[in-house]
Amino acid sequence: MSEKVLMKGNEAIAEAAIIAGCRHYFGYPITPQTEIAAYMAKKMPKIGGCFLQAESEIAAINMVYGVSSTGKRVMTSSSSPGISLKGEGLSYLAGSDLPALVVNVQRGGPGLGGIQPSQSDYFQSTRGGGHGDYRMIVLAPASVQEMAELTIKGFELADEYRMTAMILADGTMGQMMEPVELDLEVKPMPEKPWTTTGTKMERKHNIVNSLSLVPEELEELNIARFERYKKIEENEARAEEYMVDDAEICVAAFGIAARVSKNAVDEARKMGIKAGLIRPITLWPFPKAPFEKAVQHAKRFISVELSMGQMIEDVRLATACKVPVELCNRVGGMIPSPEQVLEAIVKASKEIGGAK
Amino acid sequence: MQYKRITLLCGHYGSGKTNIAVNMALDLKKQKDNVAIADLDIVNPYFRTKDSADELKENGIRLIVSDFANSNVDIPALPQDMYAITDDKTLNTVIDVGGDDRGVLALGRLSDKIIEENDYDMFLVVNCYRPLTRNAPETLEVLREMEMSCRIPFTGIINNSNLGAATTPQDVLDSVEYAHEVSKLTSMPIVATTVEEKVYSSLQGKVENLFPLRLQKKII
Repeated sequence: MSEKVLMKGNEAIAEAAIIAGCRHYFGYPITPQTEIAAYMAKKMPKIGGCFLQAESEIAAINMVYGVSSTGKRVMTSSSSPGISLKGEGLSYLAGSDLPALVVNVQRGGPGLGGIQPSQSDYFQSTRGGGHGDYRMIVLAPASVQEMAELTIKGFELADEYRMTAMILADGTMGQMMEPVELDLEVKPMPEKPWTTTGTKMERKHNIVNSLSLVPEELEELNIARFERYKKIEENEARAEEYMVDDAEICVAAFGIAARVSKNAVDEARKMGIKAGLIRPITLWPFPKAPFEKAVQHAKRFISVELSMGQMIEDVRLATACKVPVELCNRVGGMIPSPEQVLEAIVKASKEIGGAK
Repeated sequence: MQYKRITLLCGHYGSGKTNIAVNMALDLKKQKDNVAIADLDIVNPYFRTKDSADELKENGIRLIVSDFANSNVDIPALPQDMYAITDDKTLNTVIDVGGDDRGVLALGRLSDKIIEENDYDMFLVVNCYRPLTRNAPETLEVLREMEMSCRIPFTGIINNSNLGAATTPQDVLDSVEYAHEVSKLTSMPIVATTVEEKVYSSLQGKVENLFPLRLQKKII
């Protein structure tokens, strides 16, 4: 049949995980990401993989820990409240330097919240989520195609840096249907000499553990881990820049908010306003470089978010607060309209005395 | 289209059942007076017939749907008046059933009466561009799983092969062979090829039983 497939974002994540060589999936159903589990339930048994509906999110993330210790590609997925439950497991994965892919298809919160889309787990994912000093690589897709591509990228980065990568999507990205091309390349998996797969009496046994009772040693481990994080910040930050080169008003948005914002930027350009968009694709590491460049000519930044303003803090940090950064947002499961974003752009343009 | 008293639309998750159900109910209303659309989806809290409640009401079509549909209360609830489908013989109903074997489970509750009355059509909605129904054998597998789950035999096929907003007339033409294979494999007729209105005119005369669809909900 044809090369293109019509997929929901959630299905694209599941299929891409299989393409990436993931044969172990553990999860617990929650709207709006249940299609990932449903897809895995249908497909994994057919290809000799393992789908297991765990008794809870906590069980699922600890099963991920177990499989990851053996060096296999493994994933779990959930939505906001379920990710909170996984928080302890995420910290243990980090403390044990285990690679894994975790998907969060966010819904409105806090608490049980609702089932409509949100981006309000930005702090949770970019600042940790569990306890302790650690980071996760956080990837923010803005199309169904990117849901697939970043899933593969997530597995690759997780293995390369021995840490958790998270896909931070939202209910819209999970539910929307778009044509996808699945002819995707996967890098060969790196050697994993640290796995606990039996010594065959040929080597010293490996230990995968996050317990470290000697403070000097634990300090050393933390410092070494952050050396690795530094490398990631230097090498892996990614963003899409759209009409930023001469932008006076620079919009920052990721995921669904970026799609809306792109429309607004187009409309603003038609009105003669020099607007542009920086769309972070990695939320951690945050792509500072395009912001440092843009702040040299942009007079206002607008952070468009489905939250009360979380990424805005990273925009302020990346621009060193040289120019004002405004918030344009909706919360509780609502999505800003292109008109709302355009209005914010027009208002900012007037304030700086620009065209219009 | 010719309609039996009960028209059931079943298919793989995301195959387009809800849009077709709403369009068919509107089409049926042109032929019959007493028309209802029933939503028996117990799987998906989004994209429901209730999205079109206003238009259906304006056209005098009764909506048999759970109070919880579209309320964001994410529970598998059935409509309180679902037995009207089988018990009120004056009612002509199009039923939007949930996707896959899990989705048609609730339909089993009505299977005895539907089969006994034997004035129904159960159409398999297929889309060869969906990931788990890419070819005829895979589609047959989905069909068998659904029949086992709801205990009602299918009677026909609706080819709704599409790539969403990106669908070209050629995509539809490319799917014809697939639809014929499904038809042959299941010994069932292709009762309609459903296409979005914007590609309808360029396909007229090229595909049999073409049925235009007006999409009910705009997605970003």
